Amino acid sequence: METAVFIVCAVIVLAGSLGVVLARNPVHAALSLVGTLFGVAVLFLNLEAHFLAAVQIIVYAGAIVVLFLFVIMLLGVDRLEDISIEPILGQRVLATFVGLAGFGLGAAYIATSVEGATISTSSLLRVPASNLHHIAEVLFTDYVYAFEATAALLTISVVGAVVMTRRAGRNRVTQTTAGED
Amino acid sequence: MVTSSWYLILAAAVFTIGAVGLMVRRNPLIMFMCVELMLNAVNLTFITFARDFADISGQVAVLFVLVVAAAEVVVGLAIVVAINRRWPLATADDLSELRG
Repeated sequence: METAVFIVCAVIVLAGSLGVVLARNPVHAALSLVGTLFGVAVLFLNLEAHFLAAVQIIVYAGAIVVLFLFVIMLLGVDRLEDISIEPILGQRVLATFVGLAGFGLGAAYIATSVEGATISTSSLLRVPASNLHHIAEVLFTDYVYAFEATAALLTISVVGAVVMTRRAGRNRVTQTTAGED
Repeated sequence: MVTSSWYLILAAAVFTIGAVGLMVRRNPLIMFMCVELMLNAVNLTFITFARDFADISGQVAVLFVLVVAAAEVVVGLAIVVAINRRWPLATADDLSELRG
């Protein structure tokens, strides 16, 4: 069963990620990204990370991709991009070569060095309740400063986004600018 | 039986596709999506090792990666919107203003 789920999800993930890279229309790329993220979420379930699978769907597919689609529609860049011309000569060949070389190195390392299937059945993650309690325990004890730092990071990024997209020299926000933004 | 090597190789493949896309594509939005692909590949690796070593810290790390990815997308898309207002239809090649 796990094998079947893995194979189906792997096909979805790979097809989606290829779709992101190869799509001429940014909207199609964003929708391919949703497919990839969904496949990865199901793989998380397969790996017993139930909470993170839910977070993956809610945060990535629900918020981040919708933000991408908002920006695509806002900027009106949802037209086809001509990807047949190559701005820098030989760039694609070189990029593909570098990518495949990196992948080959990584895959060779994984195949030789990582011994698979040594999954302990009496592990911390296999506790019947859920791993949500364990995540919360670790998050609010060992990583509590990092957690507070991420709260500050999110606030800073929201303020930064508002400052950057504000139109300069217009102190009074009128109805029209609010509508445009 | 699916071993964890399969998950790791799948993650490596997704990371490779994202990296090649980042190097090849010119549209800043697509480049951001490729970064998201790479982050997801790393998340998959984290969760695979979290199961392998029975250590929940891997899942906590994924949670932090998700938060940082959300912040990165917010700031990145704000930059894209600001650039698009100044130079409409700009690609990554046109933006050499900050080049030293």
